[in-house]
Amino acid sequence: MSTETHVVEGRNLVRDYYVPGSLTRAAKTVRAVKGINFSVDRGKTLAIVGESGSGKSTLARIIALIDPASGGELMIEGKPVDIAKARLTREMRSKVQMVFQNPYGSLNPRQKIGDVLMEPLLLNTDTPSAERRRRAEEMLVKVGLPPEVFNRYPHMFSGGQRQRIAIARALMLNPTLLVLDEPVSALDLSVQAQVLNLLADLQEEFNLAYVFISHDLSVVRYIADDVLVMNKGEAVEQGTREEVFADPKHPYTRELFAATPVTDVEAIRERVARRQALRAATA
Amino acid sequence: MALLTIRNMTVRFATSTGSFTAVDGIDVTVDKGEVLAIVGESGSGKSVSMLAAMGLLPDTATVTADEMSFDGQDLLRMTPRQRRRIIGREITMIFQEPIASLNPSFTTGYQIEEVLRFNAGLSKRAARARALELYRQVGIPDPEEKLKSYPHQMSGGQCQRVMIAMAIATNPRLLIADEPTTALDVTIQKQILDLLMKLQEQTGMALILITHDMGVVAETADRVQVQYKGKKMEEADVLTLFERPSHPYTRALLSALPENATGDRLPTVGSFLEPEVQP
Repeated sequence: MSTETHVVEGRNLVRDYYVPGSLTRAAKTVRAVKGINFSVDRGKTLAIVGESGSGKSTLARIIALIDPASGGELMIEGKPVDIAKARLTREMRSKVQMVFQNPYGSLNPRQKIGDVLMEPLLLNTDTPSAERRRRAEEMLVKVGLPPEVFNRYPHMFSGGQRQRIAIARALMLNPTLLVLDEPVSALDLSVQAQVLNLLADLQEEFNLAYVFISHDLSVVRYIADDVLVMNKGEAVEQGTREEVFADPKHPYTRELFAATPVTDVEAIRERVARRQALRAATA
Repeated sequence: MALLTIRNMTVRFATSTGSFTAVDGIDVTVDKGEVLAIVGESGSGKSVSMLAAMGLLPDTATVTADEMSFDGQDLLRMTPRQRRRIIGREITMIFQEPIASLNPSFTTGYQIEEVLRFNAGLSKRAARARALELYRQVGIPDPEEKLKSYPHQMSGGQCQRVMIAMAIATNPRLLIADEPTTALDVTIQKQILDLLMKLQEQTGMALILITHDMGVVAETADRVQVQYKGKKMEEADVLTLFERPSHPYTRALLSALPENATGDRLPTVGSFLEPEVQP
């Protein structure tokens, strides 16, 4: 263990959802996140893997300080934060930012790109307007867009470009932690590669910590330092990327690996031979 | 002889800013009992070409082709009535969003029985019996009960099984699956692909699988056709495509797969792909 404080640390995080009852149904509580422990250091990426209903997005929203946890402790740079008790300070909001899965839904269609980028500064800082504009233009260049796009609207951009804009917005406040909720799963393969490269470059440049939520193991294997596999609200497996991928311990992790399609030539050769044999047998 | 033959198909859409060519001179052939994967990214025209063959495009689309035939019958020159005897019976299709493909107001059992009564000409009683049989065949647990379920009461994977049951209800000779697993979790994706391949092997139907996912291609296809911006880039049997891709675009697609990453950075298709910022 390092003596440095973690950028983010979760201790036994729990989230309950209250489902109200009706005439025929009793009210009940659903525990979506069942006591998760993790930590992420500067410049590192923790990937949270799971399928729908695993609680990974719920956990992401807790880490991003959008929803409060029902139990447990969340520490940002060593300081406990509980948004259920105290209003989130501007400083904390600046430290943690989020990028969402669908870049078509996460940008306001009536807001110009420049305004999208300047809004976090307007709300959370006292930066004067000329400075806000300068920093927004700088950030556009950093994410690989020309500064001319400042006065354009989101509908003029492709999915990959919109995701660049969403990433730029998240970086405007110089955060230390980015929570990325399936940031490339709505993108085409070639665009996905570009966005993953961009994320890697930005992480290096700003020494960012990433919490990367994904269901795609090949992406996780490429980008993660540590991996946390969730199933039904529980962390079934946790470890470094090498540990988890080389020797998955939990049956669920193994099932996930087995279900992931492989593009290995030997596997294809085997499958083709099997099909040819089957065809010969039925012909 | 090829089961479905399309030669030089072009699809244009009339838009407010002029005509847009979504499919630009595409050839597609699929043989009896063959699994053809059409792979491409968004905007490659992979779905549109198949929707055009099915006659499912809106009026704003203009479809032209030198040849479009199914089992020797000319799809271009037949009357709509003749065409409907083929589409939905001999050729069926399933789509990406299984829950959205089903009507939320009726039970799934009602919907599959409707297919059986109108397209297979069964009586109400026979349709019910056959629906139950089909639900068992596609592996829906507790089939008697599930016939009475509405789509919102079933999971995405189960709804896709219902869609598959509907699609194979008429014993089609060609099933077109348009991104059948894209909306599903990876473990469910595997189940659905396994099911499609099992049904294909049992019935000997041909299968056209439209996908953007090279992993899905690797696990299912006999032959692959790669499309980009409405044009065919490459066509090869699956092993050749992965072993020795001949077109630069195919090579770019394969090297952009994160599992093939060799260094720190993923190779990208670069300027070849990045769409220009719209003026």
